[in-house]
Amino acid sequence: MQALTNRAKQVERQPMSFLERLYLVAIFKGMLITFRHIFKKKPTINYPEKKRPFSPVFRGLHILNRDAEGRENCTACGLCAVACPAEAITMEAAERQEGEEGLYKEEKYAAKYEINMLRCIFCGLCEDACPKDAIYLSETFAPADYQRKQFIYNKQELLIPHPVKEPEAYKKALGNRVPREKINPAI
Amino acid sequence: MAEEVKTFKVTIDNITIDVAPGTTVLNAARQIGGDVTPPAMCYYSKLQGSGGKCRTCLVEVAAGSSADPRPMPKLVASCRTNVMDGMVVKNITSEKVTDARNGVVEFLLLNHPLDCPICDQAGECHLQDLGYDHGKEGTRYEFKRRTFEKEDIGPYIQLHMTRCILCYRCTYVADQLTDKRVHGILDRGDHAEISTYISKAIDNDFSGNMIDVCPVGALTDKTFRFKNRVWFTKPVDAHRNCENPKCCGKATLWLRGDEVFRVTARKDEWGEVQSYDGKAGWICNTCRFDKKNSSDWTIEGLSKISRHSVIGANKYKTLEMPRETVNAVMGGRDPKLLMNIHNVSEVNNPSIELSHIQGPAHGSDFSHSKDHVDGAGESTQWGMKK
Repeated sequence: MQALTNRAKQVERQPMSFLERLYLVAIFKGMLITFRHIFKKKPTINYPEKKRPFSPVFRGLHILNRDAEGRENCTACGLCAVACPAEAITMEAAERQEGEEGLYKEEKYAAKYEINMLRCIFCGLCEDACPKDAIYLSETFAPADYQRKQFIYNKQELLIPHPVKEPEAYKKALGNRVPREKINPAI
Repeated sequence: MAEEVKTFKVTIDNITIDVAPGTTVLNAARQIGGDVTPPAMCYYSKLQGSGGKCRTCLVEVAAGSSADPRPMPKLVASCRTNVMDGMVVKNITSEKVTDARNGVVEFLLLNHPLDCPICDQAGECHLQDLGYDHGKEGTRYEFKRRTFEKEDIGPYIQLHMTRCILCYRCTYVADQLTDKRVHGILDRGDHAEISTYISKAIDNDFSGNMIDVCPVGALTDKTFRFKNRVWFTKPVDAHRNCENPKCCGKATLWLRGDEVFRVTARKDEWGEVQSYDGKAGWICNTCRFDKKNSSDWTIEGLSKISRHSVIGANKYKTLEMPRETVNAVMGGRDPKLLMNIHNVSEVNNPSIELSHIQGPAHGSDFSHSKDHVDGAGESTQWGMKK
């Protein structure tokens, strides 16, 4: 039979010698490789205690931003929803009434805002489309769950903690991602 | 012998067309159609006397007529300039015109609040289109934009004076369509504003057409206010037998599912109300504001949407549902794992008919839906599902 490539190698099918039949040499060779790794630098980290730094372009769970006074930035303009290739974002808008000025930044706000994380492909187009600095993809993974209904995230779950009322949680939610400009000022 | 109809030969951007005497340059360009048509913010062919205010339709006249082929010294407003025989007009082929139009757009946007994310007109706004074509990204304006005291002009129409570009179209509608006009332009110059005299409600039978003629979001439908974005609703042509003899009864319904979110007059390719047998198809306020059930209307079919319009996004002309195979595969048994999105989702709740709420929805309209948390409350632990 003609070989397809010239890289084919004929396998030797000679009976093993006595030394080879003992397997001791082979075992020793194998253990040598194993023990050599003890002295090497460990590439694994103890995950829940230690975490790797995120890439500056990592796209995780969405977060709905608030301004410095804690007012919601989102005005339910629908640009994230129309940009979404997976049609994962839905919302319903309402008018801000008198007395609600401290809650919502603009005249119109999202009364309901939902992201279906089962549909979401974490492409970040919603973040690009947002004209109001309102939606960001954070450093958090969508946690696994047994039930599908747990993946429909409503506005309360997406909102960033209040910067005035819950400053620690807010700071934690901001994450410790290094801004891209600091890594590469050319961008 | 049939009398020979005298026509004028006019060349617009190297395209020659014969038009009747008395036609304006803009209308001659519209007869050619396509890119050579200058944009128009204030001119409205169905409203007498409109035009000449916004200056977006400026064109260069390279030769006045065959009798006097000197070029006109300045750019002219094409909606107010009649064609002459042998006239040569340059629109997109003239650098001067493009430059002047960019300047006009910059002026129009000087005082415009650019609140498109909030504005209900976004997606079908002529100023938005114009801004995309001719606008600059930044502004050179350093002063405070003009603001006005908010004024309530009745239960149907929402006035946002800050967005107004003073095209006067709405006042022409009031003059020419309704029996008595209760609004107009007050004050002059920078202070000019649309207003009713001493906060009078506009409740004429055809006042709703002001919304359709408004090129920006200054006059919007209060019954549609904040209900949905234009591009999420699906426009269909529909008609009904309206009792009002002046109403044509032909309209565009903006649907979401079966819910009629908004009713507008049908628009032609220039963004104007369509004409039927030479008559403009205005619709009455009853059709526009009170018939919000799809059973009130006879639906003719999908409206034609321009290929470049955002309104066409995520619309499917023929939706072919795939055959449901789960039952056949499972031997007639329903799957246990299927999730009905309405059991989980709070958006588009079937029990809340947004289109039937009179004005814009408020937080309280959603509050009876399950586990509503007021926006003021602390967020549930972010990133952690309950």
